[in-house]
Amino acid sequence: MDQSIQFRVNGVDHQLQVPARRLLVDCLRYDLGLTGTKEGCSVGVCGACTVLIDGRMIASCITLAVAADGADITTIEGLAEEGQLHPVQQAFIDHGGFQCGICTPGQVLAAKSLLDINPDPTENDIREWMMGNLCRCTGYYGILESVKNAARAVQETAQ
Amino acid sequence: MIDFEFHSPNTLDEALELLDRHGDDARVMAGGTALVMMMKQRLAQPGHVIGLRKVSGLDAISQVSNGDAGGVRIGALCTQRQVETDPTVAEVAPLVSYAFSRVATPRIRNMGTIGGGLVHGDPNQDPPPALIALGASAVLSSTGGQRVAPVEDLFLDYFETDVQPGEILTSVLVPPAPVGSGAVYLKFLPRTADDYATVSVAAIVTPGEGNTCNDLKLVLGASGVTPIRAKAAEDLLRGQPLSDENIRACAAAVKDEVDPLDDFRGSADYKRDMAEVFARRAIEQALSAARGG
Repeated sequence: MDQSIQFRVNGVDHQLQVPARRLLVDCLRYDLGLTGTKEGCSVGVCGACTVLIDGRMIASCITLAVAADGADITTIEGLAEEGQLHPVQQAFIDHGGFQCGICTPGQVLAAKSLLDINPDPTENDIREWMMGNLCRCTGYYGILESVKNAARAVQETAQ
Repeated sequence: MIDFEFHSPNTLDEALELLDRHGDDARVMAGGTALVMMMKQRLAQPGHVIGLRKVSGLDAISQVSNGDAGGVRIGALCTQRQVETDPTVAEVAPLVSYAFSRVATPRIRNMGTIGGGLVHGDPNQDPPPALIALGASAVLSSTGGQRVAPVEDLFLDYFETDVQPGEILTSVLVPPAPVGSGAVYLKFLPRTADDYATVSVAAIVTPGEGNTCNDLKLVLGASGVTPIRAKAAEDLLRGQPLSDENIRACAAAVKDEVDPLDDFRGSADYKRDMAEVFARRAIEQALSAARGG
């Protein structure tokens, strides 16, 4: 049985009819066409499906769309503003933060949510925070370097 | 995924009424990290899911003044991350803050809740040993009223709890550790940093006059079908001098109280050996913490 939900995704309000079993990752990808969010492990471990709900990162593969009713959701498509990449996105390009790219939307959103609450993280802070975002290309040093440089860029913008 | 009807009550009373109405065919969902996966795997097939996310008043953390005892009350819907980072929890029960910081990854801790974790009844989780060692209790609400049960008594068997039909766990009361005690939680992780423990130990040691052990609480996770309080081992050390020899004898006794399961985190024999090793280290480190080290 379909149920009525509404939420805001990247600043746009949506009203949808979805079955209760619809997962948020499928709702974003198939109902809204936002395919930037990837599904990897399907059990909340790999981080590819990371999106932000009310600013906090969650795993959309183990979240029911109906449980996100009323939420303010940010996906990778919502980071760039007026054609200007977010500093985390730019840093991933400049510092080799991705190889095959499938984990990248999750990595970028995880890094953004870290810098939102901790603009000056230590290397250890970054490692601890990003431990739940797996990169099967094992490009972790590039990711670490990207997040460090993104933090610098965010701080410079703030000054 | 199975099909079901989703309910999103706004108050606890509405949630409890829904639970009464749908009985065995309903499951309560807090953060959903466990339940959604169990439904995906068809280990749980409820016809009705009662989501608690919109129920107000269940996600507060407050200090309670209970005579000299004090403590902290944690709403069942507080996320694991909220418990980990809350300043009141850090002040009253730093052992709890630390145990929650060891759960899975920051993303899962943003989703999973203290109440949802407890009623899930998974013996491998990090918070139960710490909560049991501190003597925490759970408040269970139903349309008939409320009851308070020690967290230690919640766990009956593998993924089986004492939560009765019609009950929702609504808050957890955590008393502070005894004055002068040292408390630690050790998690043995031979595989990856976000894994469940191969074995885990919470220890609270209260040294007294001379070098005597006034009190000891020793609780193991991932060492059987429920979290296990090693009472016989505690009894061996309580009232005795805190000598290396006595601590070793106490830790050795833990091996007889655990009953680990063979799995990909280790054989039962290996886990039993590690339970002794980590119990000894936990007692030593708790003692050192009590002495200001």
